[in-house]
Amino acid sequence: MSRRRLNRIGINLLGLFVFAGMVFPVYWMVSSAFKEGRNILTDTPQFFPSPATLSNFDDAIHRNFFWDTVRNSLIIVTAVVTFALVVGFLAALALAKFRFYGRAAFIVLILGVQMVPLNALIIPLYIQLSRAGLTNQLSGVIITYMTFVLPFTVWTLRGFMLGIPRELEEAAMVDGSTRFGAFVRILLPLVAPGLVATSIFAFIVTWNEFLIAYVFLNDPQKQTATVWLAGFTTSRGTDWGPLMASATLIALPVLVFFLLIHRKIAFGLTAGAVRG
Amino acid sequence: MSTGPGGEAGFPAVTAAAAGSDIRRRRRPLGERVFRVASPYLLLAPAALVIGAVLGYPVYLLTKLSFQQYGLAELVTKKGTWIGVDNYTRIFQDEQFWAVVVRTIVFTAVCVGLTMVFGTLIALLLARLGRFMRLLLTSGLVLVWATPVVVAVNIFRWMVDYEFGVLNWTLTKLHIGDFLNKDWFADPTTGFAVITALIVWGAIPFVAITVYAGLSQVPAELVEAAEIDGARRWQVFKDITFPLLLPIFVILTSLSIIWDFQVFTQVWLLRDGEPEEDYWLMSVYSFVEAFRLGEYGFGAAIAVVMVCFMFVATFVYLRQMIRIGDTR
Repeated sequence: MSRRRLNRIGINLLGLFVFAGMVFPVYWMVSSAFKEGRNILTDTPQFFPSPATLSNFDDAIHRNFFWDTVRNSLIIVTAVVTFALVVGFLAALALAKFRFYGRAAFIVLILGVQMVPLNALIIPLYIQLSRAGLTNQLSGVIITYMTFVLPFTVWTLRGFMLGIPRELEEAAMVDGSTRFGAFVRILLPLVAPGLVATSIFAFIVTWNEFLIAYVFLNDPQKQTATVWLAGFTTSRGTDWGPLMASATLIALPVLVFFLLIHRKIAFGLTAGAVRG
Repeated sequence: MSTGPGGEAGFPAVTAAAAGSDIRRRRRPLGERVFRVASPYLLLAPAALVIGAVLGYPVYLLTKLSFQQYGLAELVTKKGTWIGVDNYTRIFQDEQFWAVVVRTIVFTAVCVGLTMVFGTLIALLLARLGRFMRLLLTSGLVLVWATPVVVAVNIFRWMVDYEFGVLNWTLTKLHIGDFLNKDWFADPTTGFAVITALIVWGAIPFVAITVYAGLSQVPAELVEAAEIDGARRWQVFKDITFPLLLPIFVILTSLSIIWDFQVFTQVWLLRDGEPEEDYWLMSVYSFVEAFRLGEYGFGAAIAVVMVCFMFVATFVYLRQMIRIGDTR
């Protein structure tokens, strides 16, 4: 009995140890962000920010292009989420509610698209956009991002729609509802959680993306917040306090949203295997 | 049934005639019937169009470019010159290229191996933890998972800073050696150790959480029966858990290979956008040729070879996916 208890304590201690190891880099970012400059550049690292200061955050948000790039990111995110939801919803509807020739092929296509190595396509995408005169334009980036979040959107929404019993829709129609009425009153509310999950997923992917924005948008004023953050050190040496404060600010929205939906992301990415 | 064209056509006319409402249904105007057959295609059209334009066409263009002389001049005239397989012959005679390929394969193997091993170990740990610790560790994993790549790169860059980084201080304090003022990137081996740590750290949560979800599906009776029969913990994992979770391991390994084989951002940013040749992975090599030297055709050929390597490595997964498409 006592040996078993000892064993259990050991396991939980190991869990705590792994937790500390995994979380430490994130903790180090946040704690550095709150440190005073002289406490950052010390021979013996200061493990807890004391005194804590907000001056690094103040510095970060007053840097050149911070607000410009945040605004660009928000514009891109909003557009991508809206388009991906509308287009993805329609496609999911077709895949979940209709039997038709070519359906299996489209499902393979949707699953296969997730495997396309984005980094390998950066060259043709760049040439395509430069031919169309869309480099240095947010719209080029928006279209590209939208395509990359579309498979996940379609697949997740399709899953939600398959879960809705047909009888429910038919019952609504028997009660005198039109097809469109049944859609708005029955289907839409039931798919709503899926819509929320997929829009947050699209938000995260779009907010975090680096390579496409880095190549397509040359003008510092046109860039996204992520690219702005990447260019932080190269422009002014190593200014660790403000850099960690900026990193914290840019990670914050993603951290919040991620906590809300991480289960669905794991499901969406591996959907192909789990049921196969 | 009411939506598919097959459903209505297959309905015997006699039965249909027996019910009055069905007669009305059969005599729908032609326009409406056409609309019903066409509607799934109409619904799919926007998605298909976007995927075709932003993925399909670039795949074609990538292949085409790899057979062309396409440099900065061609970018202006918008027309490449066909040179056959010259880009590929150049690649295969390029010693630099083979060094990059070997480096990329070793790097991917190490990253994927470490990610899968540590991810699985953490999943097994999660399954044995108490309720509170499990919740704590899961939240920690999600926190790491959510950290954007560019943010993570900057955190690691700060932690391994040669002068004030926490890593050098800790290693010195632990008497592992004298790490004061050690520049990790001076030597590509230690440099890649940092890059590997960064990637594995970021990839573990997804693997751990997915495997843990799979573990909870393994029937408890099976494990208990084996334990009663005197199986050791390792044997239970090897003979029961692992075979049951094999599809999940296949997909996780394949996705990891796809992600790690094309690593670009971490190397690029940790080397300040000018990685030394010793740090070139395939995607970096392709990017440098295309966007730094203006050799888009040559860069495209490298990318094509990279994709071929990835397809070979993930063949099992691809086959599995096509089967899924067939059955549903």
